[in-house]
Amino acid sequence: MLDKTKQTNEIHQSEPDVQIASHSADTKPTDAYQVDHPFYVSSSPHIFSKSTTQKIMLDVLIALLPATIASIVLFGYKALILVLVCTASAVFFEWAFQKICKQKIVIGDLSAAVTGLLLALNLPSSVTWWQGMIGSLIAVVVVKGLFGGIGKNFANPAITSRIIMLLAFGTVGASVQPVIGDITSSATPLAILPAKLPVQTLGEMFIGLRGGAIGEGCIAALLLGFIYLLVRKVITWHTPVVYIGTVFVLSFLLNGDLEITLYEILSGGLFLGAIFMATDYTTTPSRPLGKVIFAVGCALITVAIRRWGNLPEGVSYSILFMNILTPYIDKWVEKKPFGGVKHE
Amino acid sequence: MPLFKLPGVHVPHHKNTANLKATKMPIPHEVLIPMSMHIGAPAKPLVQAGDKVKVGQKIAEAGGYISSPIHASISGTVKKMEDILMSNGNYVPAILIESDEKMEVSESVKPVELTDQASFVQAIKESGIVGLGGAGFPTYVKLDVKDLSKIEEVIINCAECEPYITADTRTMIDNIDDVEKGVQLLKQYLQAKKIIFGIENNKKEAIASLQTLAQKDDTLSVHILPAIYPQGGEKVLIYHSTKKVVPEGKLPLDVGVVILNITTLAMIAKYIETGMPLVEKVVTVDGSCVAKPQNVIVPIGTKLKEVFAYCEGFKTSPYKVMYGGPMMGIAVPNLDVPILKSTNAILAFNEKEAHLPEPSACIKCGRCINHCPLHLNPPAFAKALELDQPEELEKLKVNLCMECGVCSFICPAKRPLVQNNRLAKAELRRYITKKKEEEKENE
Repeated sequence: MLDKTKQTNEIHQSEPDVQIASHSADTKPTDAYQVDHPFYVSSSPHIFSKSTTQKIMLDVLIALLPATIASIVLFGYKALILVLVCTASAVFFEWAFQKICKQKIVIGDLSAAVTGLLLALNLPSSVTWWQGMIGSLIAVVVVKGLFGGIGKNFANPAITSRIIMLLAFGTVGASVQPVIGDITSSATPLAILPAKLPVQTLGEMFIGLRGGAIGEGCIAALLLGFIYLLVRKVITWHTPVVYIGTVFVLSFLLNGDLEITLYEILSGGLFLGAIFMATDYTTTPSRPLGKVIFAVGCALITVAIRRWGNLPEGVSYSILFMNILTPYIDKWVEKKPFGGVKHE
Repeated sequence: MPLFKLPGVHVPHHKNTANLKATKMPIPHEVLIPMSMHIGAPAKPLVQAGDKVKVGQKIAEAGGYISSPIHASISGTVKKMEDILMSNGNYVPAILIESDEKMEVSESVKPVELTDQASFVQAIKESGIVGLGGAGFPTYVKLDVKDLSKIEEVIINCAECEPYITADTRTMIDNIDDVEKGVQLLKQYLQAKKIIFGIENNKKEAIASLQTLAQKDDTLSVHILPAIYPQGGEKVLIYHSTKKVVPEGKLPLDVGVVILNITTLAMIAKYIETGMPLVEKVVTVDGSCVAKPQNVIVPIGTKLKEVFAYCEGFKTSPYKVMYGGPMMGIAVPNLDVPILKSTNAILAFNEKEAHLPEPSACIKCGRCINHCPLHLNPPAFAKALELDQPEELEKLKVNLCMECGVCSFICPAKRPLVQNNRLAKAELRRYITKKKEEEKENE
């Protein structure tokens, strides 16, 4: 296909001619340039939007900055090490994989950095540096690289890697408490909800004073990132709003208590998952209606796992499951071409 | 107004020349007039080398029903006939006329007497007028309506959604009298009951000019559209102004719509009044390299180098020069190519702008499919083309693609999507032709 489309950027072999200046007697030739080189010809369009893959990924990194800073404030130097190790090793492993496979090196698109950072924010601070490195290796090489690299993976690399790590290492499931605040000995909210209310206030929950993965707690920081992504038009509101909204409604219907419901949605990785993982371009539907279906599916599975499953949290699993359904959702919501008539 | 608008993209406007009234350039030294400046059969030359011609004299006759005659744009001597390479890759005969610098007007140019619709259509046919918005479809064919009661609306396309171009904008400001006369002609000979001017909201002065006109006449209305490319696309404009959907394979008339470009309308009125056929055009000359961007009245057939020279040449050396706007315009190989009937702009881009961005892998962001005005799926076309599945291309309706370039423009991975669509359309045409041939053989 590339051969067929590569008609672009070739210099047309016509004789470089044209002395524009001094040709028309009525115009002053002084300012005119002489064209002494051939022209580029290509089929339209001749202008392009400024957006690039790299700029989109950079925007995601900027949107993750508040959550990253919050994670370091909440969980200290361990969080910082985890963030640095995961991000750097994700970029390194992508580079090494592409080098070994003799592919074009595209770490400059920053997608590996996004994957590494997202993975780190999805892990608790008890994860060791070498475990973080293995996680990055799984994410960028096994889940992404082996399926063909950026745009070709069917599952979210960070989420899939987190799930594999959860099965492999006991430390990943641990609910480590923040190093600041005075609630260090409290139980994880999701483990006791909805039977008992956590010791934290809703305000404390909102700024992340509770145990869990380093990046999931500070809802305020995550929302800041969400607003940034919306303003920059990197993502649309559909997935996060519908996902969190549906979880809210379902939880409320199941327990009938507004306070418990608010604790439920502020707990676990719901905001991190809904804003940053369920909006990944490659592994989620492209059309708005598809995004809504995807988000509702995620919410149903999340609530089901939280309520009736053996696990305290279901965000990662729900997103992974819906990733697999994405091609079918895409097909399902395909729009009819404007003015198109059906063939017999 | 329809509830759901068709999507599009915000392109940079660059309407730098909107406030510049078109000026007449000096008589060119020579003009090169190709026989194919319209959609349809090429015109047949009526002159030979050595013949003297005058302005407005018919030098080629229509080569079929969908075709158009061609007239001399300057007075002088026919130097030679030669085959020139057109941008579609075909060689087309062209007439080279050397100027005698007199601009003598032909005796055939005199005001046109009209009696009925048939004489109106016949006059337009003789005028050589084709769609001046850029498509170049012979205008008389659109007006040749057998049953006039079928026409519910006449839409005048004033959108001019391509960046840079302001030729239509100037028509609405400078030639509003011609527009008014054109409207009268449409009412008289097409029995138009409702005439809608569709215009983008970034042309304040032109909108005011049209609204003044519309206040005087109940049949006229001005429909202001958001400046989102491509509002000027025929199907898009018809849908946004009337809610009507032109189905695949049908014409606007099948849904009761006649659609004309604003400059075409003004040109019709001018021709009926003076009898001077389509021999000159307002062309927007712009782009980062042009020393003095402006609107120029150019005799058809004038070589680009003379037009640029009139605009004081280039301030930086151009690396890409095109006919039309940057979204759908056609890049030219050199400056010896002529201004065509449908040329509404020539743009000169510098080296940086001339280079195409390097494509990278599709990240499935969905911008192309969510911004396609016709709800098409360019990545699916690319896949079907790659896998050599023309039957899939048929189902996906790649034939509907109007090649507006939105998908390629918006793609962050800079993939050549619309370019791919063009290949896919050609592939589908081959497949359908083959299928029809096979069906015939089987019978």
